[in-house]
Amino acid sequence: MKYLSTGNEACGEGAIRAGCRFYAGYPITPQNELTAYMARRMEETDGVFIQAESELAAINMVFGASAAGARAMTSSSSPGISLKQEGISYMAGAELPGVIVNVMRGGPGLGNIAGSQADYFQATKGGGHGDYRMIVLAPSTGQEMFDLTYEAFALADRYNNPVMVLADGMLGQMMEPIEFDDNIKPSGIVEKPWAMTGAKGRAAGSIKSLLLKDGVLEEHNKKLQEKYTSMAKEVRCETVDTDGADVILVAYGSMARIARECMGILAEHGIRAGLIRPVTLWPFPYDVIRGIAAKCPRFFVTEMSAGQMVEDVRLAVQDDSKVSFCGRMGGGVPSVDEITEQIIGSGKKKI
Amino acid sequence: MTEKITRPASMKDVAMHYCPGCGHGLIHRLVCEVIDEIGVREKTIAVAPVGCAVLAYDYWDFDTLEAAHGRTPAVATGIKRVHPDKLVFTYQGDGDLAAIGTSEIIHAGNRGEDISVIFVNNGVYGMTGGQMAPTTLIGQTTATSLYTRRPEKEGYPLKIMEMMAVLPGVVYLERTSVHSPKAVLATKRAIRKSFEIQLDRKGFSMVEVLSPCPTYWGLSPVKSMERIEKEVVKEYPLGTIKDVC
Repeated sequence: MKYLSTGNEACGEGAIRAGCRFYAGYPITPQNELTAYMARRMEETDGVFIQAESELAAINMVFGASAAGARAMTSSSSPGISLKQEGISYMAGAELPGVIVNVMRGGPGLGNIAGSQADYFQATKGGGHGDYRMIVLAPSTGQEMFDLTYEAFALADRYNNPVMVLADGMLGQMMEPIEFDDNIKPSGIVEKPWAMTGAKGRAAGSIKSLLLKDGVLEEHNKKLQEKYTSMAKEVRCETVDTDGADVILVAYGSMARIARECMGILAEHGIRAGLIRPVTLWPFPYDVIRGIAAKCPRFFVTEMSAGQMVEDVRLAVQDDSKVSFCGRMGGGVPSVDEITEQIIGSGKKKI
Repeated sequence: MTEKITRPASMKDVAMHYCPGCGHGLIHRLVCEVIDEIGVREKTIAVAPVGCAVLAYDYWDFDTLEAAHGRTPAVATGIKRVHPDKLVFTYQGDGDLAAIGTSEIIHAGNRGEDISVIFVNNGVYGMTGGQMAPTTLIGQTTATSLYTRRPEKEGYPLKIMEMMAVLPGVVYLERTSVHSPKAVLATKRAIRKSFEIQLDRKGFSMVEVLSPCPTYWGLSPVKSMERIEKEVVKEYPLGTIKDVC
């Protein structure tokens, strides 16, 4: 079936179809359609919806629901995600699955409510305290808001780890057609023998992240790091026309759509442009970028930020290629003209 | 005939880490006795606080989680909504419940969450070295109220139970103590009542237990019990504060 839906609502439906039956959230723009959607759909699917008293409470309700064995989700936008970082770190420490959606807005501070990509560092480099990692999925269409949120639950359960869906205000509020099989069933359902269900017929269990005895926490961290290493196989990346390209555009989320527009304009000017679109921002597709960098000397990264993912792109190309950047902050969106003029301008000097 | 006192089945046979004269060991045991008596060990899920009782899972032989500091009632809410048929209780100190977690406790109560809360009030932060708590008495010296708690600078002792009493979702509140055998029995009765209210799905209930901290009160265990009886109960009177069951 095809549906016309906002990205936020597509995200909510993806969660419902994945078997999410517990949602706790707190209102913040530009993700409010998602919270409202879950309020309605949870009632219709015998799930639990709670409008929590704060983002702190919401993520900790998810902590409890996940510990109890349910597929659980919370969503917010940038300032609210900052508050959730405590709970995300605790979930990572206690190895609890769960899905956190961040529909990013301009920052820092209260910022504004326009779409932004300024939480890349926070999402991919920790955000909360301690050595932890989580898979970060970056949709770039309403369809992917559905698809990637649906998949996020299976990934969370596969690794007993929080997973973040990192979108932005434009994606959240834009209406687009989405399509899915109406009979779609939750995937990746696993047994959860560790879940808190009451110690019936088994030894009492505990879920904790406090490991005081000498060396025990270090061992736990080593085990976690091995798990994070194993997550590398989940890396996903879309590449378009990268063979023989004069310049490689790198962008994710909404910016990847603008980058696609740029490819056509650049072609009119005789510049063959390719696109690399990371779908997982962590694990980051270093190897894909590195492989393409060996063949193309020019990279151009564009983001709705002062330049965050560009650091990972530079890390990937390892000085084999020149990496340029065009970004705007605080809700600004780099335009097709801004991007192409920079590429054509610098291209003229080189050619 | 001599009646032998045995360890409750819900309690692990291990030595506790608590300081001599601390009230946690007693209160832990009361919780276990009640769980055994009403036969719910296999359907109990407890949430422990950050604070001295953070290691409760080492002593309780039923499912137990740790929550982030103060978020205990939010975690319990998540569990209870997933398992409405289980006995879910939080066990929180005064720092956890009355300072960093005031928002979570008030809103869990206001939602009428079907959980039980055991609120252990010893008036100091024990685990981190005896700092001032919201419940510290006027005139009490702590690591962070070196010149005693003065109302004009440090404010007043926070009476959580009296605050909670105004919430329609809260159905039972009782303040008890462990300073005497009689008080201990009253505490056990209150915990049992709170658990039974939850199992009957009547709503949110809470038992505040005045408890000694000899280490950070700078008193012997016996003198600590005397302090509760003579001083602490003046600020925090014992008895039922609300019962609309």
